[in-house]
Amino acid sequence: MTTAQYLPDFVYIAAIALFVLSLRWLSSPATARRGVLAGEIGAALAVVTTLFNPELVQYRWIIIALAGGAAIGIPLGMVPMTAVPQRTAMSHAFGALAAALIGISEYYMRLPNINKFEMTEIALEVIIGSLSFTGSLIAAGKLQEILPQRPIVYKGQNYVSLSVLAAAIILALMLIFNPVRTAVFPLMVVISLFFGFLLVMPIGGADMPTVISLLNSYVGFTAALLGFVLNTKVLVVAGALDGASGFILSVIMCRAMNRSFTNVMFGAFGQLQVSAAGTVEERSVRTATPEDAAAILEAANYVMVVPGYGMAVAQAQHKVREFYDALTKRGIDVKFAIHPVAGRMPGHMNVLLAEADVPYDKLIEMEDANTEFPQVDVALVIGANDVTNPAARTDKSSPIYGMPILEVEKARTVMVIKRGMSPGFAGIDNQLYYLDKTLMLFGDAKNFVGNIVRELTSGGGH
Amino acid sequence: MPTGFITNLYVFVLAGFVGFEVIRRVSPLLHTPLMALTNALDAIVVVAAIIIAGRQGTALSATLGAIAVAAAFSNMVGGFLITDRMVRMFKLSGRERKQS
Repeated sequence: MTTAQYLPDFVYIAAIALFVLSLRWLSSPATARRGVLAGEIGAALAVVTTLFNPELVQYRWIIIALAGGAAIGIPLGMVPMTAVPQRTAMSHAFGALAAALIGISEYYMRLPNINKFEMTEIALEVIIGSLSFTGSLIAAGKLQEILPQRPIVYKGQNYVSLSVLAAAIILALMLIFNPVRTAVFPLMVVISLFFGFLLVMPIGGADMPTVISLLNSYVGFTAALLGFVLNTKVLVVAGALDGASGFILSVIMCRAMNRSFTNVMFGAFGQLQVSAAGTVEERSVRTATPEDAAAILEAANYVMVVPGYGMAVAQAQHKVREFYDALTKRGIDVKFAIHPVAGRMPGHMNVLLAEADVPYDKLIEMEDANTEFPQVDVALVIGANDVTNPAARTDKSSPIYGMPILEVEKARTVMVIKRGMSPGFAGIDNQLYYLDKTLMLFGDAKNFVGNIVRELTSGGGH
Repeated sequence: MPTGFITNLYVFVLAGFVGFEVIRRVSPLLHTPLMALTNALDAIVVVAAIIIAGRQGTALSATLGAIAVAAAFSNMVGGFLITDRMVRMFKLSGRERKQS
């Protein structure tokens, strides 16, 4: 072997180093763009080097496919920030599809000379890749609201799903004992695809951030497994990094909802909704107009905004930014308390607020926010519900008991902008709304915040 | 058990730990860009797809390879693009900017 033959390996090693640096630099917004650049250089080096691989005999399909990929990828990279969760789910689907197709192609290429060990790797890779593909498509459909967002549940569901998974595993075992059973292989693929569908259909609503993170880690591990199949280290590393990232985010999301993986996957929330719905009772709440709210806000020194996904649904983030400006101009300290599951995917709320030009040093995490609330004069809840429900800390019978929440009830005054008294994603009544210190501001979030801003700016400080 | 498997396992375990340590330090502010970026990095499977699409082989494997190239490359292009769009939006407030 000459040194030149190892050149691709050196380039791949450089790419791996750049990938690790890329993630390292993503640790803070100040260096994040450099991180993206490092990743781009690493990926470009690897792709260009591969195009010079002597094994390649024809380029026509490669060029067409690269052009097609770019034609799909560029519009998917330009979607509005509110659509980032479904875009992410789509890219999980594409990643899983690519990895699964390569595994399938390897199976047919190597026939009939596949040993048991290779077959095990290929079967595992193809099963996980296929189920991640359909699972991610369903997740994207739910996030895009093509499919119902509510969990779809029926009796004996877990048994059906587990039987389908067992069938896929049995077919895989049959292949491992005799890899040339070519009729079994496509069946295994189809059943794995079906399992991905069954896996994600029953999950919905508030669990989407967890599901999207879990699918992220599956896709990463599929790529790593593909690296094992093809004996390509760069795939093993990139897959391990992606898998680790998805896994960490899944753990964070589960913790933020006080749920375990099994609990999310085998959906307990669906059943709990039913039991909680009956307990809602008629109680009186205090309401206020934009004028009242503005008057109270003017007298405040420290205001904490608690945004939820409802804020993004109402497209209110730009009005919220004007609200921030109006108060800041008066010397009032304004911060934003971000619950880890405030958006549709990990970190989504931060991106939505950053897009509206809210400075990121004003976005604070749950733990920090909770130490601040006792000093807060006004906590303004916009489009958030379950993550502010004090029942999570006080009521052992509540379905969300134990879930870490933003302790807004510790602020001097609480204001909640809401369309009506309907319960949140989890279908649970919120005790916060009936407190004496709470003012309910009924209306559309965008209009209401706009009206408060008008009062604050036209009033001229009295 | 092939020796290649053992070497790959070393690489996988070490890369997993590196990933864990590096990603743990990513600010929750940037968790959405993190997921977009790792998607783009994971799209490195495109290098395997290119070989399969272009090497001497059956029409089936070339077709599967070409679809895989398109799927993975769309992630690579779209993933870097949207990550960059997102991280560009994160700005400090005026006061903090003057201090730093």
